[in-house]
Amino acid sequence: MLPDARIPAGPMAEKWDNHKFDMKLVNPANKRRFKIIVVGSGLAGSSAAATFGELGYQVEVFTFHDSPRRAHSIAAQGGINAAKNYRNDGDSVHRLFYDTVKGGDYRAREANVHRLAQVSVNIIDQMAAQGVPFAREYGGLLDNRSFGGAQVSRTFYARGQTGQQLLLGAYQQMMRQVHLGKVKLHTKKEMLDVVVKDGEACGIVTRDLVSGQVEAHSGHAVVLATGGYGNVFYLSTNAMACNVTAAWRAHRKGAYFANPCYTQIHPTCIPASDEFQSKLTLMSESLRNDGRIWVPRNPDETRSADQIPEADRYYFLEEKYPAFGNLVPRDVASRNAKTVVDQGLGVGPLKNGVYLDFVDAINRDSAEVIEEKYGNLLQMYERITGEDPYKTPMRIYPATHYTMGGLWVDYNLMTTIPGLYAAGEANFSDHGANRLGASALMQGLADGYFVLPYTIGDYLAPRLQKKLVDPSDEVFTQAVAGVQDQTARFIGIGGTRSPDHFHRELGKLVWDYIGMARNATGLEKAISEIKALKDEFWADLRVLGTADSLNSSLEKAGRIADFFELAELMARDALDRRESCGGHFREESQTEDGEALRDDENFAHVSAWEWNGSDQPQTKHAEQLVFDEVHLTQRSYK
Amino acid sequence: MSNTLNLTLNIWRQDGPNGPGRFETYKAPGIPEDASFLEMLDLVNEELIAQGKVPVEFPHDCREGICGSCGVMINGQAHGPERGTATCQLHMRKFSDGDTIDVEPWRAAAFPVIRDLVVDRSPLDAIIEAGGYISAPTGTAQDANETPIPKEVADSAMDAAACIGCGACVAACPNSAAQLFTAAKVWHLNSLPQGQPERYRRAQNMVETMELFFGSCTNHGECSEACPKEISQDFIAYLNRDHMKAKFFNRKLASQR
Amino acid sequence: MAAPTKARVDSADRPLRPKGKELPFPLSLYQTAVGKKWVMAVTGIMLLGFVVFHMLGNLKLYLGVVEHNGVLDYDANIYGEWLRDLLVPFLPRTVTLWILRIGLIGAFGLHIHAMYALTMMNQQANVTYSSKRDWKAATFASRSMRYTGVIVLAYLIFHLADLTWGFIPGYDYERGHPHENVVGSLSNPVVAAFYIIANALLAMHIFHGAYSMFQSLGINNPAYNKLRRGFAAGVAGIILIGNVSFPIAVLAGIIDLSDKVK
Repeated sequence: MLPDARIPAGPMAEKWDNHKFDMKLVNPANKRRFKIIVVGSGLAGSSAAATFGELGYQVEVFTFHDSPRRAHSIAAQGGINAAKNYRNDGDSVHRLFYDTVKGGDYRAREANVHRLAQVSVNIIDQMAAQGVPFAREYGGLLDNRSFGGAQVSRTFYARGQTGQQLLLGAYQQMMRQVHLGKVKLHTKKEMLDVVVKDGEACGIVTRDLVSGQVEAHSGHAVVLATGGYGNVFYLSTNAMACNVTAAWRAHRKGAYFANPCYTQIHPTCIPASDEFQSKLTLMSESLRNDGRIWVPRNPDETRSADQIPEADRYYFLEEKYPAFGNLVPRDVASRNAKTVVDQGLGVGPLKNGVYLDFVDAINRDSAEVIEEKYGNLLQMYERITGEDPYKTPMRIYPATHYTMGGLWVDYNLMTTIPGLYAAGEANFSDHGANRLGASALMQGLADGYFVLPYTIGDYLAPRLQKKLVDPSDEVFTQAVAGVQDQTARFIGIGGTRSPDHFHRELGKLVWDYIGMARNATGLEKAISEIKALKDEFWADLRVLGTADSLNSSLEKAGRIADFFELAELMARDALDRRESCGGHFREESQTEDGEALRDDENFAHVSAWEWNGSDQPQTKHAEQLVFDEVHLTQRSYK
Repeated sequence: MSNTLNLTLNIWRQDGPNGPGRFETYKAPGIPEDASFLEMLDLVNEELIAQGKVPVEFPHDCREGICGSCGVMINGQAHGPERGTATCQLHMRKFSDGDTIDVEPWRAAAFPVIRDLVVDRSPLDAIIEAGGYISAPTGTAQDANETPIPKEVADSAMDAAACIGCGACVAACPNSAAQLFTAAKVWHLNSLPQGQPERYRRAQNMVETMELFFGSCTNHGECSEACPKEISQDFIAYLNRDHMKAKFFNRKLASQR
Repeated sequence: MAAPTKARVDSADRPLRPKGKELPFPLSLYQTAVGKKWVMAVTGIMLLGFVVFHMLGNLKLYLGVVEHNGVLDYDANIYGEWLRDLLVPFLPRTVTLWILRIGLIGAFGLHIHAMYALTMMNQQANVTYSSKRDWKAATFASRSMRYTGVIVLAYLIFHLADLTWGFIPGYDYERGHPHENVVGSLSNPVVAAFYIIANALLAMHIFHGAYSMFQSLGINNPAYNKLRRGFAAGVAGIILIGNVSFPIAVLAGIIDLSDKVK
């Protein structure tokens, strides 16, 4: 059974405040008796660890990077939303809440989203106080830009490196606690199992990536802030090491996995140029503020972009969605790009992109203004493609970017395993079926700074007498042995194909069948093909080198093994959800003009999947979504 | 489609921190020009695995020039020949057919080799830990617009804060000094109004921690040249200035000892 | 049970050098490498001042013989006498000169000690690359500072032995007669060549020093950065031209001994 989501009673705007008052507290002097394990050092992990440390808990942070600052939050470019209404353009907490629920295609929990909108205001204050160099006006006040899915300017930014600056802010706060001895930092240790005793999370098992040592770590509560699973597509904008392993191992230990089919395909990425390509690079959504997206009207167009007259250009977003134009939400923009490319209108050598054109903006504002706003992004584009975006329009195409699905959590961000929390992209909670731009940074920091520090106390307070489970306890030794066995197994297969080979093949399957458009036949095919490939993986994998030193093939093998299981669940979830919503587009369910068509009667719920062992499919549990504040409508950005 | 290059690579191989290292030569035929340097290494590794040889370990993650994981010496230059570009953003079109490329890990006593091209850069975190933050516990912040910050100041802070912590400055420095890294963080925080209360303590603590691990700056300027974010050497002067002020005035107020 | 037997030791856990106790000011300043660089810059400025004034004083060699207080003598000798008489009668003769000399010796001592300490520190911190480096910004001058410095020091000792103490045989050293001594010493082409080479190295040393001192003192400003290279090149060039001209002028007979004296 799915546990209660513990959504507080009362009016929407008062739920969080009431809940904060109702939760149990741990006396400041007692906080030091609790040890909290935080896995992951991105925005959510670092900010949670820093705040736990400030509160007085003992904290241990684990990251598989060589420094916490390398977590992939660092790559977020465009900005972070906050309902500050500094522009006097009608923004409010309620509007941010409304936009987010609507942007998520009415598949998010209202109460969580409202809390997110409420604390968004505090996040900007907090980050500015920590010295994040947000962009400023000449008067010294904060500047804003607008982002997709919103009609107000509420996005705060630090050039094209907002994620970097916010992560450095959170990382620095955490390093301050490391300095004060409150937080103990473990780098280059990958979490490979969650340990549960008497139904409660009591620690984790890690593998030291340098020495290969498998270690047991005990804690009173465990927070997973381990990011999303976009790399299941192989080609994505995620960093090479991003993976689902931590969340997946928790799933295998009993945490339900929610809405795995909600994946976000980001519209503005640099199209793939060849087979060897290892990743796709995102170009911030903010570019859509000034860039215009178009394709030639003629599929056989041979002229170069600047030679094509206005009349022969198809500004498909502006034409179809006059109100939002190029700033429609990501899922809409991506799907439309796919549609025109599928019609054969694509541009570039592989005809796999659409133009993002700055000529009008440069003529209007001058090249200097554009450079000031997007210089580093345009430079990055130039580095990768060898083309000058000030002269030739950029070529862009959608790519996997973010995963809205993740571990199921209640209002307190606790998974179905008591004592195990999930924060940031690792949980499913706030974005519904589609995330709005500049909301991921907001959610990561909200969870870490302003939610978990309150809610974790509610769990810990009654457990004051609970002792840490000894690492020599049977639950730990079994988990350690399990990890060691798996490691030995990978090396022992001795097949012929590299982990990357399998990853690439898996990615192709997932992209083709569980990508931007899905249908029942394809999904069923995906399930059987993924299974077949998985069997090949376990029979023909080649991992060279040893287990007692740095061995990235071995690390990859473990992550890919989990991706196989996840991919299967994604397909099953997508198959089960016979409606289109947000990032999940079922071809069987669309309006006459090809927009996503929801089925609120049957699918206004969260699908949370329970692990039943490797040999049988997961069981689905549905959490019904109740909409008190936001009226469910067909999303329209026209 | 894209042109291909036939390359010869001399790659540093080292089994572990204590193991002796050596260059090994690999042929890399048919490398597409549009591949990044790291994708070229991926292709080399795929080939090595196919031959049953242990692939080359190299540091990398985001591959979009922001995480700071990657970085190797390429033909004697940190992050290779293109200015303001991290290894992952360096593309093979910058090389020519028939080139021989030397690939070596960062070298510094504080950056011991873990394996092949991967080094341990943990002292950089130690420098941040010593003071690279503004003490602003969660929940204490005033409204973000309460303290106006002149655009020029915010921009200058951002220029410094753009540092990705890759360690190229140390790798490129003939003295293995980490001055540019430290200076960038110090100036990012010291230039902002929020950073003023801890300004001198920060400069002093970070410099002193830096000097436990690294060499001293002799103003060659190699660091800024190697920096993928082109962080200016001027920040080093600002670091020196704040450090000297901290020492000279000793920052003691009346009654303090 | 694979209990953590041995924790991994990272580079951050093993500093290259122990953290010392902070000494009282101004020693605390000198304890840090940044402070040592500051001292190098300040002493460098003092030494640079000396070099400039020394060169200016030497220009008197070109003036040959002049009348001073009714006596005909080499201008350079008169200038030497004036230096010994500085601030007389407020201070006894040569006291001011000795104060200046002690200051310079102190500056030399600190400059050299700081150089030595920083070199040791840098050598400890550095690991040499096995492949060839491709320098982008470092100049020959900047990378050879410690070598040009040592050679200049050797030259300085020779110079003092040659013209101040008269230890170097080869000409008739006469105390208090710098003009005659200079001409005597530099008439030897080998000695003259050594002076030329040493002064070229000195100019190179000054070039990087004058450029780099702004950075070490922390007084640079983006607005003036472009001027720094020019300033350094100008100072080094003036020193080079001035100092190298003396041996050449002696060899060419432009500076020589005159019959008017004695």
